[in-house]
Amino acid sequence: MPRVTFLGPSGVARAVEARTGDSLMAVAVRNGIPGIVGECGGNASCATCHVYVDDAFQSRVGPPNDVEEDLLDLGVSDRRESSRLACQIALTEELDGLVVHTADERL
Amino acid sequence: MTGGALVVGASQAGVQLAVSLRRAGYRGPVTLVGAENHPPYQRPPLSKAFLTGKADATTLHLRTPEFYREHGIDLVTGERVTHLEVDADGAGRARTAGGRTLPFDRLALATGARPRRLEVPGAHLDGVLHLRDLDSATRLRQRLTAGATLVVVGGGFIGLETAAVASALGAKVTVVEAAGRAMSRVVAPAVSAFFQEAHARRGVEVRLGAAVAEFLGGQGRITGVALADGTVLPAETVVVGIGVVPRTDLATDLDLACDGGVLVDACGRTSRPSIVAAGDCVAAPHPTRPGQRIRLESVPAAIAQARAAGATLAGQPQPNQEVPWFWSDQFDLKLQMAGLTDGYDRHVLRGDPGDERFSVLYYRSGSFVAIHSVNAPADYVAGRAALARGASIPPEPAADPTRSLRSLITPTAAVPAAQ
Repeated sequence: MPRVTFLGPSGVARAVEARTGDSLMAVAVRNGIPGIVGECGGNASCATCHVYVDDAFQSRVGPPNDVEEDLLDLGVSDRRESSRLACQIALTEELDGLVVHTADERL
Repeated sequence: MTGGALVVGASQAGVQLAVSLRRAGYRGPVTLVGAENHPPYQRPPLSKAFLTGKADATTLHLRTPEFYREHGIDLVTGERVTHLEVDADGAGRARTAGGRTLPFDRLALATGARPRRLEVPGAHLDGVLHLRDLDSATRLRQRLTAGATLVVVGGGFIGLETAAVASALGAKVTVVEAAGRAMSRVVAPAVSAFFQEAHARRGVEVRLGAAVAEFLGGQGRITGVALADGTVLPAETVVVGIGVVPRTDLATDLDLACDGGVLVDACGRTSRPSIVAAGDCVAAPHPTRPGQRIRLESVPAAIAQARAAGATLAGQPQPNQEVPWFWSDQFDLKLQMAGLTDGYDRHVLRGDPGDERFSVLYYRSGSFVAIHSVNAPADYVAGRAALARGASIPPEPAADPTRSLRSLITPTAAVPAAQ
């Protein structure tokens, strides 16, 4: 059971348990993490699950795929080097302890 | 009264309404009541990953039980609201089929839609299914075995997605569509033609312009589908996917204005402005055609409308300005759509459908209004971004697939109309 910590823009941390194989988006949405909506259910269609991967985990998580690149470029307000779509990150034991930062808190 | 807020309907829109009430700072009690015996879940996978068996029911849940507890959302499942009384201030009480009374001082309707029934002889035979909720998807899943014979009535999104899953699982599938082409309400003829052919290439028989005359059965069970032209298609299972009807009964009882859905403004207010509504049950202002209303029947629309309605119910009216978007997965084909095509007078094909990778851009009176992309997510993303910004993409260069669509986004809204 990998554990994931979401850090909000105001510094509020929320640690949750995930199941191996879950997408980071699914875990966030089920736990109601503000700022992660996942409207398309993980279909890489909406860019409503934008996160910033913490520096310490970037090499383990890896870079965005091609579709994700376009969505991030055009679909999010503050794209950074560490930007990923949470729906494209599958959680593994190797990612236990993962820390990500959430973006703006849409209603 | 101290009844708090009552949200009737516990699916995508209802959950979002409750969440948005909280996010907008509403501190009173929130009750979310749903007719189904399941906690709120995602519906789109019911005709996709869930139907293939790749996702189980627990992965569909929209939120964890802890989430509802932590946010003070009292989730009541398995209780269908049958009667509402609302006083002049918008407060009142709901009664459920199970005999419960739920008081409230503000009310939101997210009652959704029910599948449209095909009124032909034999419609009640065992094995004639509709696909709308988790229970119906579970029943259908059990029947989709290799070698099973399935007839899908309706060549829309639900019908074609179901056909694709069943065929991939080894069933023999025939799609029967009354119109002259598939998905005719939404997509251009070129997109219809592509999907008809793509299904045929993958072993699904698609019959167009075919009306169902009767469902045939023996001992109460479906055995075949008789078409108006006399053809009989053998069937062990039939899925009827011919659209949905908004559940407006409660709204009608309250004398709320309804016309193809509960009429709401951009902030989600019904004709009694203290009552809000969102999701598949509403007809909301058309995003680009002033004075017209439209029922969108999609998750993104449900979420956007519920966000607005929730904020409004919390006392902070907030118009929904989201560009409508949709998606459909059929086999390995990902159809992504942004904007609305209704009334389009020009369209441009970008790429070769023969490659199973192309887009169609739609224009109305010279304005770029929608894009449909098949396995071309970069096009879709660019089109959606342009629509969200009120920008355009000129049609002539867009037809050249070697040019990046995003590089063609231009802030000028209008392009010349077709002559």
